[in-house]
Formats: sequence, C-alpha cells, structure tokens
Amino acid sequence: MISILNTYEAVQPEKVVFWFKAAPVTKFPKNGGACVKYKEMQIAVFNFTREGKWYACQNLCPHKMEMVLSRGIIGEEQGEPKVACPLHKNSFSLKTGKHLNGDLGRIATYPVKIEGDFVYIGFSE
Amino acid sequence: MKTVIVVGNGMVGYKFCEKFVSNVGQDFFKLVVFGEESRVAYDRVHLSGFFENGDAERLSMAPREWYQENNIELHTNERVTDIHRNSKTITTLSERTYNYDYLVLATGSSPFVPQMNGVEKDGVFVYRTIADLEDILAYADKIRKTVKRPKAAILGGGLLGLEAAKAVMDMGMEPHVVEFAPKLMPRQLDTRSSKVLQVKLESMGIHIHLSKATNQILGNGHVIGMEFGEDDILNVDMLVISAGIRPRDELGKSCGLKIGTRGGIMVDNTMRTSDPNIFAIGEIALYNQMIYGLVAPGYEMAGVAVDQIIGREETVMAAEIDMSTKLKLIGVDVASFGTPFMPAEKGHSIIFENKTESLYKRINVSHDGKRLLGGILVGDAKDYNMLLQMYLNEMPLPKNPENLILGSRGGEDVSFGSAMDLPDTAVVCSCEAVTKGQICCSVKEDGNESVKAISKATKATTGCGGCKPMVDDLVKETLKSLGKMVKESVCEHFDYSRQELYDIVKLKKFEDYDSLLDEIGKGHGCEVCKPAVASIFASIYNETANKQATIQDTNDRYLANIQRNGTYSVVPRVAAGEITPKQLLAIGRIAQKYDLYTKITGGQRIDMFGAQLYELPLIWEELIAEGFETGQAYGKSLRTVKSCVGSTWCRYGMDESVTFAIDIENRYKGIRSPHKIKGGVSGCIRECAEARNKDFGFIAVEGGWNVYICGNGGANPQHAQLLAEKVDRITATKYVDRFLMYYIQTAPPLTRTAAWLDKLEGGIDYVKEVVIQDCLGIADQLDREMQYLVDTYKCEWKEAVENPEIRARYTHFVNAEETDDNIEFVSLREQKMPKAWV
Repeated sequence: MISILNTYEAVQPEKVVFWFKAAPVTKFPKNGGACVKYKEMQIAVFNFTREGKWYACQNLCPHKMEMVLSRGIIGEEQGEPKVACPLHKNSFSLKTGKHLNGDLGRIATYPVKIEGDFVYIGFSE
Repeated sequence: MKTVIVVGNGMVGYKFCEKFVSNVGQDFFKLVVFGEESRVAYDRVHLSGFFENGDAERLSMAPREWYQENNIELHTNERVTDIHRNSKTITTLSERTYNYDYLVLATGSSPFVPQMNGVEKDGVFVYRTIADLEDILAYADKIRKTVKRPKAAILGGGLLGLEAAKAVMDMGMEPHVVEFAPKLMPRQLDTRSSKVLQVKLESMGIHIHLSKATNQILGNGHVIGMEFGEDDILNVDMLVISAGIRPRDELGKSCGLKIGTRGGIMVDNTMRTSDPNIFAIGEIALYNQMIYGLVAPGYEMAGVAVDQIIGREETVMAAEIDMSTKLKLIGVDVASFGTPFMPAEKGHSIIFENKTESLYKRINVSHDGKRLLGGILVGDAKDYNMLLQMYLNEMPLPKNPENLILGSRGGEDVSFGSAMDLPDTAVVCSCEAVTKGQICCSVKEDGNESVKAISKATKATTGCGGCKPMVDDLVKETLKSLGKMVKESVCEHFDYSRQELYDIVKLKKFEDYDSLLDEIGKGHGCEVCKPAVASIFASIYNETANKQATIQDTNDRYLANIQRNGTYSVVPRVAAGEITPKQLLAIGRIAQKYDLYTKITGGQRIDMFGAQLYELPLIWEELIAEGFETGQAYGKSLRTVKSCVGSTWCRYGMDESVTFAIDIENRYKGIRSPHKIKGGVSGCIRECAEARNKDFGFIAVEGGWNVYICGNGGANPQHAQLLAEKVDRITATKYVDRFLMYYIQTAPPLTRTAAWLDKLEGGIDYVKEVVIQDCLGIADQLDREMQYLVDTYKCEWKEAVENPEIRARYTHFVNAEETDDNIEFVSLREQKMPKAWV
C-alpha cells in the first residue's frame, strides 16, 4: 500500500506536459467532488463553485490509505480551500496538499483546466 | 552575519531551531544543522506510534520544507566527527569543514547496553530510532515464518522499556519485560503503584519478570533465550534492550570540553560548556550533576541557549528542575510529580489504592498539612495538572487534603479551586513554558479568545497537549471576567450558535445553504457548518439528504454508513426489532446475492457490510421491492426504538412494549437531529430493552408508563432521568414529542441529549417545566412542528432509486465503468472482512 501512496506526486502548473480529458463539467456536483480514473491512478476533482475554481488531488487519504477523498466535504479555513476526509475528518489544503489539522504528509495536488465544457487534469508525464 | 551550527537534529535540536527562528531575524544569524540520521527530527517520545500507522512522516517534528522556508541549512545523514576549537570549525564524516561563531551540541543519547555475553547475537536490538524499529520489524517478519506467535523480551522495565513492550505487542509478538529492580518504573513509581501498574499490564497480556539479573544471552548465532541464573531461563525469539541511556558526549570529550565523571558535557546555567562559544542542550548536558532524560527540561535548555546567543543574558536555567511527568503507557495513565517517594520524617502520605480498577493515587503532604510535596497517580491522571500547579506554586491545601484525590464527598470543603486561583506566574504549559499570566493577558489584550488562537499566539498546548483543558478553562473564565459571553459559534463561517441559526433559518425562511451563507455568514463554509445547517433544514422542512447532497456528511450524502475500506453498510428499518420470517429470508437472499457480511446490530436490526458505492442503489431497489424502508443508520437522526417482547408473550409483562415501540419508531423515523437519537420500550421494570440508557425510554409500570429521557451508552454512559410517572401512552408520546423538538431546536451540533441536559440550566426540572407545565408557552408550537415532521416523512432511499439523477451519484469513477480495484476482502468465519492495511 505504501507503494500506492508513492504513485501520487504533486504536479506544478508549469510542469504539465499532458492534459488528460477527464469528463464533462456536468458530471461534477456543485461545491462537491467526484473521482476520475487515469491509468492506475484515482484523482479526486472538486468543482468549487463558490470560489469559481476547480481543484484536483489524489483520491487516497494518507491516514488509513482509503480511496475516499472525492466523497469529502469541501470548504475553506482562513481562506485556504480544503477537503475534509469523510472517514476521520482530516483536512487537506486543495492548493498545497498540506494537512491542516494534523501532521500527516502532504497529499499530491494536480492542475485542472476547463475547455469546451470538459474538465482536464494536468500530469507531468 | 554570524553562524550558529547545531549538531544533532533530534527533538531538542529541532526545538532550538524553532525557538531561534521565531526570536531572531534572518539577517543577523545563519543557522546550519547537522543530523546523523537520514530522517529530519521526529518525535521519539511517541515512537511506538510508528507501528499504529507505519507512517514515519507523521512522527516528524516539522517537514523538510520547514527548514527551507526558514532559511536553515539542513544536512541529514551527515555526522560531525571533530570540533576544532582554535579555528572555530567542525569537520564531518564526508570531510567537509564548516566555520561557526557559536556551536550548539544537541547530540542526545544512545541506548545503554549492559555488559553481558551474547549481545552480538542476531535478534538482539536496541530501541531508540526509527531505523531500530525497522530492523526489529524486519526480524519479526522473518521469525514469524517459523514461529506463529514469537516471544520478545524487553530488557528494562522503565519508561522506554514499557513503550518498547507496546511496540512488540503491536507487532503481534508476546512481550516479556525483564527488569533488574524489584518493580516497574523504579525511578517514578513506589512499590505499591508499580504493583498496580504491573497487574494492569499483565491483564493486557504483557508478561513481567522482576528482580532478574541477566547472566548471558543464549543461542547459537541468533538469540533463543536469556539466562538469569542456574535453571532460570526464559526462552525468547528476540530481545530488545532498553536499559537506560548514555549521553553522546564523544565530540565534547575529543575536543577537550569538561566532562562529568559518569559522562555528559558539563554546562552552567546559561547552557555554556567550558568553552563559552559552545553550548550543550538536552540529554548530553550535565547540569547540576544531572542528565535530564525528559523533553520538557530539554526544551527549556534550548530556549536558554537561544536567548544567550542573541544577547538576552538574563535568561538562565532554573536552579531546580521539575521532573514531574504524565504519560499514557500502553493506554494506562501514569504520572508522578514533585517528590514522589518521601521519607516519613518529611511529611505524611495519603494513599488510595483500588487494584480491581487499576487505580492508585498518592499525595505527599507536609507535616503541618499546608503544602503539597509530591505524588503518584496510576490509572487516572486527570487531576495531575491541578495537583502539579498546587505543588509548583506552593498553594495552600484545603482542610481535607484527601479530597484532592478522592473528590469532595459532601460537606463544604471543595477539593479544587478554579484554574483562575493560580498565581499569574504559574507555568500552565510546561513544554513551552507558558504561564497563566501570559495566557490571560493574551485573551484580554490581544483578543485571542479561543484555545486555538491562544495556541497560535503563545504556543501553549502545542507540545504534549496535556494542558489543553486548563487553557480552555482559563480562556473561558477570563472572558467571563471581562463580562463577555462565551459565544459558542458553530465555526469561523457563522458567528451564531446552532440554536440561533435554527431560529434564523425558520424566521427568515432560508431554503438553501448558499443563500444562508451569503446572507448571514462569511467565506465558503466547511465540514462543520455544512452538515449542521443540513440538519437544521431537515428538522424544519423535513427535506431529505438528497436535496442538498454536497453539504451532507458522507454517510448522509450516500445514505449509507462508510466503513473501514471505503465500502458501505446497509441497514433497513426493522421497527422495534420485529421481523417476519419472510422478511428475514428476503434480507438473507439479498445479502447472499451481493456477498455482504451480515451482523445483528445492538439496535435489534440487521446490518449488511461491504457494499460498494455502485451496488447501493441495486441493493436498495431489491429491499424496497420486498417492502423495506431506509433505517437511517447513517444519520444523525432517529435510529431505533429497542423493545423487549412485552406482555404479548412475556409472563412478567405489564403492557405491550413491542406495539408501543413499533408505533414510536414509525412516528419518529426520518427525523434528523443534532446527534443520533435512540429509544427503548420495556414491558416491566426488569427493563430488558435497556430503555434507561436511551435518549428516550418508556417502562410499563402498574398504572401506566414511566417516561425517561437523556440517557445514553457510548463513551460516557449516563442513565436516563425520570420525566413523568404512570402516564398513558398518548400523554407519554406527547411529552417525548415536545422534549425531542425542544432538544432539536436548542442543542449545539453533535451533542447527544445527555450532554445537552448536563449543560441546560435547571436540568431535568427545567425540561419538565417546558414540556409538562409549558412555562415557555411553546408546547402547542412544539406539538405542531413534530406533527409536521411525522406527516411529511418519506423514505429517502425510495426517492433515490426512483430518480435517475440521484442514482447517477452512485458510481466510483465519473469517467470509467470500472469499480474501485483498491478494495480487497479476506475471509472471516465463512463471511468476509476488509483486508487490513499493512
């Protein structure tokens, strides 16, 4: 399972070499998330309508290694957008992946863009 | 710019860096840190936590990026080998040389390995670093292939040894603690408390061998046992040595710093060694002829060294260092403070011991009965903070000092005063040395009005966290003294309590979360306010969780209980536990078809586990076709009304408890509330339905029903209290209608009825006045509101399976048909369970 964790590495916007066409915008609930499959990876994508922004991160919660983050409640703490894991309410920044209410490691975050009503996720390889 | 080099990246070395960067501008000093381990500084105190999650990063004091962000040059995996005091340089193992203006030695200690034959054998380990743990783990895996439950001995029954025992127990080995002294934790505990701890640990499966001097370690190449004396042999498959520590003072020795006769680099009260440009802190520092193996004094030394280097020369180490400790050892509270053992000529002791409960409390009191001198607590250390403060601040003792450990047993003598009675100089957070005065001042003058704000501003509570309750009290009491209401706002997005939000939603007729947040809140919401507001909408409009799905907790969003591996469990309603054979067959057939693990719940129904997200609507379609409804086991809502079989079958029954329970469960089903609600109905005072540990309960007695409210099981069991006696069914129902509605409208989020009643001014008598005497004049309204909820119930699972748009939510991926291949099951007693994470 630790090897699964290692398959997720954060991608900075300038490092994107490939935009994966994930799904139509309408598949993602407003102010909520859904999970996208890319190769063997599971990516949680969030439609943060209130901010007018999209975020993506690994679907894997590093606490108990479960694929659940896309089902978490999103929100914000002191202006930092975040997702709370549905299992134990560990919150992670959607911008930096930082664990906000504890000291788990960072989760991997990915750039998202919208083109022609489609959601694209950026990968570096 | 001056250069400060820190040798050692352990807890104390890290704390030095943290205090340094928060006190010093980066323009004046450059900080360079060397660590011998490959990992950045981690929390050695909680090393056994490594086994609970296998995640080394969780233990780290700060991530590597932290050092970068603060311009600290960090070299890990780099051992400093020499100090050249004349040129003020150091060299490292890779033969690099660095200049320093000030050198801080924080090299800590290494495990002490006693001289005996056989320590070189395979399977003998020390317990100090994560690398040690990984070696132990690897060896354990290896021997587990041939031995089913290997035995591991831990040499040393002190603090670290017992931590190590927990670690090997977590690895699935049988722990044997071997101690030279005739008792466990000889430095902290007296003989009796040590015995109490021993009995408790033995009951948990830890074997304890006292008064054992190890002659040699047996085995040919690898360890197979320990020999204590002739014919006294313990067979073990592994040995972990945890027999104390020795300071890592070799660097100081080789460059000619003054060293104590039994090791340790001598320092004065400024933490300077015999070379004024070199400081030593933590477990290598010999201060007052003592090595302090605790974190708190180490941190204090780090603070002194920082202040000395930046010129605050008035900061020095206290002449006497408090060695009080409180910790949780394998789940058992252990604490000692002041002078834990005391000869009779200095004072007298008050001792309370209860071996069946694994409790031991001792306080030492001066002969004149005026001062607390020290004490020991095992099994329950909740009074530690207050006792420690009384000791440290030499506060006067109450007239009956035994109340300090036994609690007040009537009379006027109150055992503890409030935290506000402490002097301003009292150190409340000893890890970060924050005083009561600083905390109160931060509340009053800087407007830090919550524990969170205080911890950010003063760092109090950020160490071991043990002072949190006391800081919380200080914040609340200080606010009260300022005449401020202690506002229980839901979270940072709403400046209102749940009750206020409830009234606002109702009066202003808000219908969705976003407009409520836009109108009266701020920001974009969070996982606290979203479900709280969702619950309020449900209680007022009886809307199902399907309508605003993304503000619901995950269980409500998907109408099922999320379980350990991200699968869900399914619970249909079986009102009062009454079920027909036909329904049983239907559940059996469906559970078998979808390969679900089934179990009878505590609420007299059947739980089916292991359903994947996409299977939920399929399962429910079939359950609904068989006449079932959602059981709302996932909701903060009515769960079940448990019943005994009652007068229809039972020869003792006074009334029909099953019929009443079915009616009540169907009446309240689907009603959402601040927390879950459970009910019970018993047909006689034998109380087989356990109605008195439910949020509401009815018990049939001669002449009617007794009505109880606000009980619960759970973490803090509480018996329900009597609301009304010998009333008929209609009256009993009406009272509970009103009580529930009143609770739903006034309780804070996630507060069970028992906790709500505890905080309600006037308690049960006030509830009686509201629901029976109608002192607020709201009884009619409560009746109407409850009736509305009862009349508008609908099954939210029926709604979900019939609506294609809602059904579409139940897929794991939005862009692929596949299911989550990460989910794995293993078999368990002819059923299945989630595969454990390794």
